[in-house]
Amino acid sequence: MTDTVLGTAHDGHYGPYGGRFVPEALTHALDELESAFRAALDDPAFEQRLDSLQRNYTGRPSPLTEVTRFGEHCGGARILLKREDLNHTGSHKINNVLGQALLAQRMGKKRVIAETGAGQHGVATATAAALLDLECTVYMGEEDTRRQALNVARMRLLGAEVVPVTAGSQTLKDAINEAMRDWVSTVERTHYLLGTVTGPAPFPEIVRHFHSVIGTETREQVLDLVGRLPDAVAACVGGGSNAIGIFSAFLDDPTVQLRGYEAGGEGIDTGRHAARFAMGAPGVLHGARTYVMQDEWGQTVPSHSISAGLDYPGVGPEHAWLHDTKRAHYEPVSDDEAMQAFALLSRTEGIIPAIETAHALAGAMRLGRELGPDAVIVINLSGRGDKDVETAARYFGIDISDSPDVPAP
Amino acid sequence: MSAVAQAFSRAREENRAALVGYLPAGYPDLATSIRLIEAMVAAGVDVVEVGLPYSDPLMDGPVIAQAADRALSQGTTTDDVLEVAAASARTGAATVVMSYWNPIERFGLDRFADRLAAVGGSGVITPDLTPEEADAWQASTDARSLDRIFLVAPSSTPERIATVVSACSGFVYAASLMGVTGTRDSVSGDAEGLVARVRAETNLPVAVGLGVSHGDQAASIAGFADGVIVGSAFVRAVAQAPDNDAAVEAVGALAAELAAGVRRRSE
Ligand SMILES: Cc1ncc(COP(=O)(O)O)c(C=O)c1O
Repeated sequence: MTDTVLGTAHDGHYGPYGGRFVPEALTHALDELESAFRAALDDPAFEQRLDSLQRNYTGRPSPLTEVTRFGEHCGGARILLKREDLNHTGSHKINNVLGQALLAQRMGKKRVIAETGAGQHGVATATAAALLDLECTVYMGEEDTRRQALNVARMRLLGAEVVPVTAGSQTLKDAINEAMRDWVSTVERTHYLLGTVTGPAPFPEIVRHFHSVIGTETREQVLDLVGRLPDAVAACVGGGSNAIGIFSAFLDDPTVQLRGYEAGGEGIDTGRHAARFAMGAPGVLHGARTYVMQDEWGQTVPSHSISAGLDYPGVGPEHAWLHDTKRAHYEPVSDDEAMQAFALLSRTEGIIPAIETAHALAGAMRLGRELGPDAVIVINLSGRGDKDVETAARYFGIDISDSPDVPAP
Repeated sequence: MSAVAQAFSRAREENRAALVGYLPAGYPDLATSIRLIEAMVAAGVDVVEVGLPYSDPLMDGPVIAQAADRALSQGTTTDDVLEVAAASARTGAATVVMSYWNPIERFGLDRFADRLAAVGGSGVITPDLTPEEADAWQASTDARSLDRIFLVAPSSTPERIATVVSACSGFVYAASLMGVTGTRDSVSGDAEGLVARVRAETNLPVAVGLGVSHGDQAASIAGFADGVIVGSAFVRAVAQAPDNDAAVEAVGALAAELAAGVRRRSE
């Protein structure tokens, strides 16, 4: 392990975090992936192809929207939303997926597999697989297939096979276990298209790279609009890909606070949450050393969140390092706080966010009150809430069966 | 010489392969898991792998994963695993613990190595720890003369094999195929070539595991390897038994069949 500059992976490590804790059978595939990635970075044709897809397929650059009515509820701070919800397929996930799908093609792999929690990564992967004519299998915890049923249907419409995982807590963690098992057995023709900045090296670095476009665009857009850097950048943190994507452009700007919001679930004292930083401890999960929710024996403790995409007991290793070095600050946001912010943005701005994203909105409401009306805060609006309509309707007691007379939340 | 090394050299003197048997601690319950190991050793297992049940066993197929779930749901802890290892060592068989990395890290590397050495354990197999991440583990195990067993796989390049075996002691665990644990009907064609590539890099004994379930397979692996590792087939025998006594009997019978296999050494 070498010393680590902030935000830079050395040998796949971020301080003491990251690394590769995998069955030996995967070492070769990870080496191969790393070489393919480095070669792609040096290949202008790869860059061009990705850039063209981002513009003409995804719809990048995504806009930066100022939201004054919502801002009134954030202590009057100026709130700017980075609109990843407007990307094709409805979230930031497509940025990483297109990059990795092109890498898979480069490596001559005809099949991609993915894990998914909220289903957004699965949908993005199924989409790219359709576009690039790749076979696609998506693993999804059975509980998540129920709460994100719409996305299961989308994946199947796109031609992907969706495998419900019934082991363990039937959520994202178990879907990753199953995807890894598939990958060990099929690695010669299969690329594991991992959906967030977790997992063994080089995944955290690759996924971050493909999401750094969020930060790069945001920095330019804020400077254009406000004429200065923001005071804070906020994002929700499941594995941490949308957060690292937007943070990455501001790491070297000490005046910009970086705030990550993890799922506080039913409250961190109830044990039913996904607050890795608040309640976890360093350990190894899914191939990397990072903060992990675990018991005294090192067994993973199941997480809980109303949002499937934040319902994960580990977190990306770079976030672990940003946390320890205090460059970024992480706080839990409860299910209830997130749902209030979800409703508020919907009704003040006409934007229905993903429930994952609503955690960042709730966090920014706190932060705005702390920083005051002169502050400029950018929130990464990582996804839209179409997939969550049923969960939200249930939460707010809205009858969506066939009643024409729908009460407001 | 460690107990593991002795077991392999005894087998070599007898012109046969060593039989390595895996069972998870605490499955189907703590007391029965000890009886199962005793039965395995009585029927001819030379080296016992005591499995530490882990919540996220991503190298294991459904048979072992479900056994781990059951052991954990009954509250099996690392302390219990060490108790089973102690009982295993008391049978006289060389005893190693097989564990994913996080439970060892959480327990404390030195503390785990101390405790295992104190109960007569001989080494540790770590399927998700690679030599690159194992500096501290090397020191902890060396200080207590515990064997440190890493895995090689059919996809491992010659350079990679050289790196892995130089960090190993006791024996080298050769995964016979690209996949997770679970029984297979035949021995993967990759295994023999892998063993040859490992032999080019080390004089350590090489044992082959993953997918072995019956005597004929054991005999064919014994034709080219120093050891035959069997796990899922033992666990399945327990899972399919109507009660604990039948499980003990089934494990003993399977161990006897496999022990005859490693002595047959067919080609
Ligand atoms: C809209 C949205 N935001 C955030 C996340 C959380 O993932 P990450 O922390 O990697 O951005 C998800 C995951 O499914 C998501 O769908």
